[in-house]
Amino acid sequence: MADATMSYQPALASGEAIAARRRFRILRKLLHHRSFMVGFVIVLVMVMAALLAPLTGIDPNKMAIRFRFRPPQDAYWFGTDQFGRDLFTRTLYGAQLSLWIGLSVAVLSGVIGAAIGVLSAQFRRLDSLLMRIMDALMAAPAILLAIGLGAALGPQTHSVIIALAVAYIPRTARIVRASALVTRELEFIEAARVAGASSLRIMFRHLLPNATGPLLVQSTFVFAYAILAEAALSFLGIGPPPPAPSWGNIIAEGRSFAVQSWWIMLFPGFAISLAALGMNLLGDGLRDVLDPRLKVEG
Amino acid sequence: MAAPLLEVNDLTVRFRTDAGWMTAVDRVSLAVGEGEALGIVGESGSGKSVTALSILRLHAGPTTRMPTGKVMYGGRDLLGLPMRDMRAIRGSEIAMIFQDPMSSLNPVLTIADQIGESLRLHQGLDHATARRRAVELLDLVRIPDAARRVDEYPHRLSGGMRQRVMIAIAIACRPKLLIADEPTTALDVTIQAQILDLLRDLQAELGMSVILITHDMGVIAEFARRVMVMYAGRVVETAPVGQLFRRPLHPYTDGLLAAIPKLDVDVRRLPAIPGSIPDPTAVIPGCRYSPRCPMVQARCRTEAPDLLPAGPERQARCPPRVAALEHAA
Amino acid sequence: MYRGILMRLSQAVPVLLIFSVMVFMLMHLLPGDPAQAIAGPDASPEAVDKIREQLGLNRPLPIQLLEWFSHLAVGNFGESLVLKQTVVSAVIERLPVTLSLSFISLVITLPVGLGLGVVAAYWRNTWIDACVMVTALLGVSLPGFWVGILSVLYFSVTLGWFPPSGYVPLSEGGLWLWFSSLIQPAVVLALFQIGFLARITRSAMLDVLDQDFIRTARAKGVDEWTTISKHAFRNTLIPVVTVLGITLSLLIGGSVVIEQVFALPGIGRLIVQGILARDYPLVQGTMLLFGFAFVVINIIVDIIYTFVDPRVRYG
Repeated sequence: MADATMSYQPALASGEAIAARRRFRILRKLLHHRSFMVGFVIVLVMVMAALLAPLTGIDPNKMAIRFRFRPPQDAYWFGTDQFGRDLFTRTLYGAQLSLWIGLSVAVLSGVIGAAIGVLSAQFRRLDSLLMRIMDALMAAPAILLAIGLGAALGPQTHSVIIALAVAYIPRTARIVRASALVTRELEFIEAARVAGASSLRIMFRHLLPNATGPLLVQSTFVFAYAILAEAALSFLGIGPPPPAPSWGNIIAEGRSFAVQSWWIMLFPGFAISLAALGMNLLGDGLRDVLDPRLKVEG
Repeated sequence: MAAPLLEVNDLTVRFRTDAGWMTAVDRVSLAVGEGEALGIVGESGSGKSVTALSILRLHAGPTTRMPTGKVMYGGRDLLGLPMRDMRAIRGSEIAMIFQDPMSSLNPVLTIADQIGESLRLHQGLDHATARRRAVELLDLVRIPDAARRVDEYPHRLSGGMRQRVMIAIAIACRPKLLIADEPTTALDVTIQAQILDLLRDLQAELGMSVILITHDMGVIAEFARRVMVMYAGRVVETAPVGQLFRRPLHPYTDGLLAAIPKLDVDVRRLPAIPGSIPDPTAVIPGCRYSPRCPMVQARCRTEAPDLLPAGPERQARCPPRVAALEHAA
Repeated sequence: MYRGILMRLSQAVPVLLIFSVMVFMLMHLLPGDPAQAIAGPDASPEAVDKIREQLGLNRPLPIQLLEWFSHLAVGNFGESLVLKQTVVSAVIERLPVTLSLSFISLVITLPVGLGLGVVAAYWRNTWIDACVMVTALLGVSLPGFWVGILSVLYFSVTLGWFPPSGYVPLSEGGLWLWFSSLIQPAVVLALFQIGFLARITRSAMLDVLDQDFIRTARAKGVDEWTTISKHAFRNTLIPVVTVLGITLSLLIGGSVVIEQVFALPGIGRLIVQGILARDYPLVQGTMLLFGFAFVVINIIVDIIYTFVDPRVRYG
């Protein structure tokens, strides 16, 4: 038995070298993919904008009633809102919020979804139970579930993150499970099991790495959905509470003054669209490179 | 020989790939007489399939440059024909069957619908008549229980039966020429024999010409009257089948023949031709086969050989061998 | 075929059970005391307790759960605390609005989404493909509620073509008024669905166009239009139908937000207002109805799927 396991090790090592070379090739293909690079640049610009927000030196929540309802002009690039707050600064800080929420939701749903997916694929008895629960979570539209959960947890940033993550976990789990099931049918899994590999090892060394392609693609799309969903939730009043400069909040606040002060509502909307666009392009690029035949899942 | 049914002159087909333009078919000429069985043999990548697809202009779209040369049929050049006339010829006068019967049939349409489509299109039959004719055709291609099978979907049929259905579709309108692109490659050996028998019988009954494309010399021996050998996009030898097997005139043909396993000879290892086919985008001076040729001479590497006549219905692209033949004669 | 339906229904039961429990637990997570909310801010503690007793809120959770299930078994989905009517009647009142909105939106989405996808796939890598895909990308990236507000600003306020909000029932205003109150929200709702559907359809169509049987059709002399519509499109529907359930889910989810933006008294708006008002019986009952409806929709989609793909038909 010990001999069998020992001879199993070197086979894996050379497999890793091959994997490293493949990763480099994938990176090169990505750099040449037009959609991916455009999306990447957009996301990069937004991340920089979000990180450099403090450089404006202006407090996003500072009210200056004297300067309210100023249209976009010299000092106020995006104008001011009903409280005289500088909208450009608020939009930048809103980027911090939205990107942070998007990232958290994507990572959280990715990690938990992947765990559930791999466990379901490996342990068939667990599979029925877990998949029933996933189906139950998907019985209501994602945004409805998020609204319910978000309202239950209270109007805070982290409730939005948890609510959206829970809404997207089942979809991610399904994709990872599908990939893991296919991997499991491959012959080398049988070989690994005969060589004495434990279930845990199989899951981590084989099922999970082979699922990273679909997982990554799904997570970028979840990021995009999360940005849009968070904006909607904030708009409905179930997101980070005012005066947090969430883009959804700004739009909600600016709605009442939309006819006179159209700029309040306009720029955050562009920001949301740009962020979602960037992530969608990124996701498209990843999908084309990692596996053009991937099924597109909502 | 009487006027050929189909004559291909200097057909050249080029593809654009990531590595640049490649010439898949390089000035290939062939002719098929009425009722004749012509075999085209060569390895994968020799250009035989592309040649066949080009006759009906079925090669894939945007990456192919329009083929040059002429494909003469019925006094017209098919390559210059307007699409609507081309479509009238496809399926009714010249028909084609392909290699993989599993994927060549539409999974969501019934057999009756797929056979009937040709009949309705080219012969103007109505649905009921077309369906009856489809059952007759299934009988003709020896599918048992045809009346029931005709209403089924392709996924219920085995590979051999699907290929018979493909044949039925192809001969539905009694075409003058049937092009069969590796029709038996994807099938079991026993089914292969049945399909070849069927093709042979149909050819005799319907008086069709057949172009049979394959990489299997055994199939050629069984079926063809005349054979054309292709290598790296060019014709390297044509001959009546008996002469090809008895006295080949090109080293590549030698190699193909030597690789056939024989029942009455005991060998340790099957001989294989060393090396592999050249990179399609590479330009090779001299003879394309020279890197692998066991009897290569100095001038083979520098002078590109022409296809030389070597007797009635014989040509070969190997000057040393043709010269040797003339000396022997 | 009926055995298949029965089997799917029986598989749906545990899912619905789990879903019901989830909804129940969700509602008890909602902060705020409903008994207090009903009694009013200056009611005495005894009055609040009495209401709590009446509503059965002081009993342990598992008992409340069982009670709720027993109510459900007889079709009692609960009573709204705020609206003072049964959940079922509240939903039925608002059903026509949501159904009309979804229907018009679907009628726009399906042909446009499928059509764009087919066009993009047939002319792949040309400017047509690029245009369609950029449009589809914008569709899935623009936030619906924002586009809705902008649309109202332009089409209702500036141009005055359509009403900015509110719903006009068929019976009251006739066909045009009913339609004009719904067309804006329906189109805004459709934008995301069209983008989503077009992308999937294009991908599916590209796969189908590469298949051998398309070459067979052309070899038979079939013209391009028939090749695409009869041979290619019917096969494209197979993967597209599998995402039909997801598309409908996105549609209903989107309508929840859109109904808020356009002040349409539909079921989506009902739920949101119920959540914001802590009207937990209403939210519980309505969510449950949503869940049931959804499971039924999925079964219907499965059945449609067997019609589209003959390989799945037997058993």
